[in-house]
Amino acid sequence: MRPLDLDYMLGLVPVLLKYVPLTLAMASVAMVLALLLASLMAIVRVMRVPLLDGLTQVFISFFRGTPLLVQLFLFYYGLPQVFSFLTAINGVTAAIMGITLHFAAYMAESIRAAILGVDRSQWEAARSVGMTTAQMMRRIILPQAARIAAPTLVNYFVDIIKSTSLAFTLGVTELMGAAQKEAAGSFLYFEAFILVAIIYWVIVEALTVVQRQLEARLGKAVAR
Amino acid sequence: MISVRGLTKRFGDNTVLDGIDLDIRSGERVAIIGPSGTGKSTLLRSLNFLEKPDEGTITIGPVTVDARRLRVAEELALRRQTSFVFQNYALFANMTARDNIAEGLITVRGWDRARANARAEEILATIGLADKAQSYPAALSGGQQQRVGIGRAMAAEAEIMLIDEPTSALDPEWVDEVLQLLKRVADARQTMLIVTHEMQFARDIADRVLFMDGGRIVEQGPPERMFSDPEDPRTRAFLRKVL
Repeated sequence: MRPLDLDYMLGLVPVLLKYVPLTLAMASVAMVLALLLASLMAIVRVMRVPLLDGLTQVFISFFRGTPLLVQLFLFYYGLPQVFSFLTAINGVTAAIMGITLHFAAYMAESIRAAILGVDRSQWEAARSVGMTTAQMMRRIILPQAARIAAPTLVNYFVDIIKSTSLAFTLGVTELMGAAQKEAAGSFLYFEAFILVAIIYWVIVEALTVVQRQLEARLGKAVAR
Repeated sequence: MISVRGLTKRFGDNTVLDGIDLDIRSGERVAIIGPSGTGKSTLLRSLNFLEKPDEGTITIGPVTVDARRLRVAEELALRRQTSFVFQNYALFANMTARDNIAEGLITVRGWDRARANARAEEILATIGLADKAQSYPAALSGGQQQRVGIGRAMAAEAEIMLIDEPTSALDPEWVDEVLQLLKRVADARQTMLIVTHEMQFARDIADRVLFMDGGRIVEQGPPERMFSDPEDPRTRAFLRKVL
């Protein structure tokens, strides 16, 4: 066993940390877009909107049934050959798109389950007041579904953060891509990859603190 | 003014409402009594389309709908002529007591928040819960929750308040405060249709009592006569059991 090159690792820390903002930005944009899309799809499914319900089911089935890496390659390398207007798409955009659609499919099912988990009396009360379906969803059902779905959705955000590492396969120099480049230059693969692993780990752990605060805030209506 | 003609509701082969005809004058307080499972709650819930009746016409205030050709806009218009008090309170769990009352004023009647909050606080004072404005339903007793439920219905200032067994889910200790509040609403001549198992209460507040059995209104009349001298044997049998 050879000793770890700690000096190299220490020197690498600031180099890799420069890429954390890009990773977080990609993950955050994908999370917000996926949440919006997933909420829409969940509502379409719960309300059994004709036609859209069927399309949504096919969408969810495809994006859950195929690997994210395959989807990313399809978006970045495949689709531009068929649709020429997509040739201008860069790796970051393609990665965000792919991750958004992939996780929206998963999140749609979680949100749908959460919506159905809101007590029937809440739907009836909203209707009895005279709310339209949109008002009922926005004011009563979705806020309560959010509390139910929050732990699962934070887990998906964790997964999204880690999945942005796949963007390096599209030629994006993000956190993983940077570690890969450094390792290829120094041949110190272990040092580079254990360091990048630790950085992801710290980010995710920091997120669990945010998660606790979020759940406390969403849960205040049920606390005694 | 409420007018119902031929209201019919079936669950599969089971006819729960069998061609109900009913007229209620403005300011009239009508109580529905009768055995369990005879369509009392279904009648109430059909009047604001929480249940979809299969046949019949309903007129509430300026709105008339025919159950067989119902459009979404009509359904909303009809609901906005009614307010509803639920057996299990059904307060919005994600909102404070004040917001439960203000919510309909904002989203349905289009008031700005400041005005709606002010009105909600007036109502909270009326129902004796001014100090609970910022409490969430989970932090309120059953009696307090039902009073907020009644407050929410009061805020709608609807043509008719539909009240579905308002004390059935309550612990005995909270029944009285809820009945007291409903009596005050009744004294203000709010038109109301109330399903209740509290016979004394029905006798106190109602101008008219309906006895329902098997999806029909079997007998109706002023409470003095209904309770002391019922004509139909089914009414007599029922009252013997509950009085």
